[in-house]
Amino acid sequence: MSLLAVSDLHTHYAGPSGTLRAVDDVSLTVEDGETVGLVGESGCGKSTLGKTITRLVAPTKGSIVFKQEDITRISERSLRPVRRRLQMIFQDPFGSLNPRQNIRDILTAPLVVHGYGNRAERAKRVEALIDRVGLPRTALSRYPHEFSGGQRQRIGIARALILDPELVVCDEPVSALDLSIQAQILNLLSSMKKDLGLSYLFISHDLSVVRYFTDRVLVMYLGRIVESADNRTLWAQPKHPYTRALMDAVPDPSRRRQAAPISGDLPSPQNIPSGCRFHPRCPLATDICRTVDPALTSFGPTHQVACHHADAA
Amino acid sequence: MSNPDTAERAPVVLNPALAYDRSPPKPDAPTPNEERWSNVHAPDAMRATTASAETGTTSANRALRVFLRNPNAMTGLIFLVLVVAAALLAPVLYPEDPLSMVARPFIWPGTNSTYPLGTDSLGRDVLSGILHGARISLLVGIVATVIGLAVGLIIGSTAGYFGGWVDDVLVKLIEIVQTLPSFILLVVLVAIAQPSVAVVTGAVGIVSWPTVARLVRSEFRAIREKDYVVAARSLGYGHVRIIIREILPNALPPIIVTSSVMVASAILMESALSFMGLGDPNLVSWGSMIGDGRELLRTAWYLTAIPGLAIVFTVLALNLIGDGLNDALNPRFTDER
Repeated sequence: MSLLAVSDLHTHYAGPSGTLRAVDDVSLTVEDGETVGLVGESGCGKSTLGKTITRLVAPTKGSIVFKQEDITRISERSLRPVRRRLQMIFQDPFGSLNPRQNIRDILTAPLVVHGYGNRAERAKRVEALIDRVGLPRTALSRYPHEFSGGQRQRIGIARALILDPELVVCDEPVSALDLSIQAQILNLLSSMKKDLGLSYLFISHDLSVVRYFTDRVLVMYLGRIVESADNRTLWAQPKHPYTRALMDAVPDPSRRRQAAPISGDLPSPQNIPSGCRFHPRCPLATDICRTVDPALTSFGPTHQVACHHADAA
Repeated sequence: MSNPDTAERAPVVLNPALAYDRSPPKPDAPTPNEERWSNVHAPDAMRATTASAETGTTSANRALRVFLRNPNAMTGLIFLVLVVAAALLAPVLYPEDPLSMVARPFIWPGTNSTYPLGTDSLGRDVLSGILHGARISLLVGIVATVIGLAVGLIIGSTAGYFGGWVDDVLVKLIEIVQTLPSFILLVVLVAIAQPSVAVVTGAVGIVSWPTVARLVRSEFRAIREKDYVVAARSLGYGHVRIIIREILPNALPPIIVTSSVMVASAILMESALSFMGLGDPNLVSWGSMIGDGRELLRTAWYLTAIPGLAIVFTVLALNLIGDGLNDALNPRFTDER
């Protein structure tokens, strides 16, 4: 059994101008010890998907099964033991730490809420973790505004890991950081994974980060997964035109010609195009794309693509 | 965040052993083993010690400094301290009942050194009345504000945090109370019950909570969407913990500012009630002194002017303090962040 199994998940927001289908029929799994990347443009629903999986946003339809337990609709109270095993790292290292609490309070509170040990044991755990993320212990008595972005993200990682989770949803954990700091944080995440046996669902819009960091990649477009493959296969043979466009958009000094970017903007998730939702921007679009919504089709053991013209690639 | 500033100013290094070299990094002799570079103790991580030694003051200290440098706020604070001192010293300086007749009526201020502010139409000492009146004004102002804050905080935070139908119901309740003219509601409340200090205080508190509730609700609505509140939910914190520990401390600055202005308006409301004769008849207050002197406005105008000035200056002082707090607690007004 997978550590996390999400099937037919929908998250819709009812708005005054119609329903916003942020996540629209998504199925995915994360195995024990695996790092799954989730890539897509801004606004394609990747963050909503991450927040739905951690039950910070209520799903509209579908199911989320974590460690054989269906957590789709269970109450906040019965969710508490699950939260201990299912944690989240946030994108904005400036917004995700309470400015009025010092680092010791920020890290101790989760232990108090989950009834971990006594005062001395909690202090010991906090100190062990602050050492582990590479911050000096003097940091504990300081406030978030005294730290740089990279240091704050280390604190955010320490907070997510203090309850000893099994799956961590990383919502663009490095996209707000400088490139040099990104590398440090990614290295920290990957060494933590090795030491603690973690699994990650790694949400990012940065393909180079995903390529470096993940075992398997899901490409998301307008609330739906359009391609799913293991890391190597995806980069060797991207089949969905959207995936290829994303890859071409990564700057590459060895390429002489500038990559043709995808034309147009992401359509509004309130008004999803008929048929294949990518057809208005797709260079390969034909009549069938305008009318028939392609299903995910397997191309090999780990490779699935939702495109009528996947063979043409 | 503080890095550009850090480079300009001389750093205050608390512990020299923790100082790091600010000169441009000299490239080490290239080592064959590039993997030696450790991510865990990267230069960025170790800088935490020195960077924070330089910005070691807490935001509360900073706010206090800004407040103390503000001349208007200091003027207000000094005057308020004088009023508080007057209120505390009144029973010592004038142990006698300020309502008792002590001298002949209509001694003008400055004509008799025993009664520096003169006497009123019944021969009562005006200075004694002012000092004792400060007690009532401050008591009513502060206690009514505490009541208004408590009710407003509970209702506003519940509405703002939970949203949905809870919010709808509570907002309707706030709107119903706010559509009633607050002073008429106050008069009715006091007229129904006995006009005692406790009733007046409670009534002023009851008419002032909707303002606080609206403010707290809007603050909570904004803050509940912040990432650190989402993070608190993802860590499994309970609602009460999130409201009290995570959101409330961040919502406090505007509430503190409002409460100083609320004390001022509570003092005004109490004065207005006493002026109308709806105050406690057994106690002297600034409002009742003005009410008593009202009919003698043309012959003995000082009987209304002196308590009137006391009210004006106290309310002004509280407003100046409120403005000063607003500047001090608002990070945008300071250059340090």
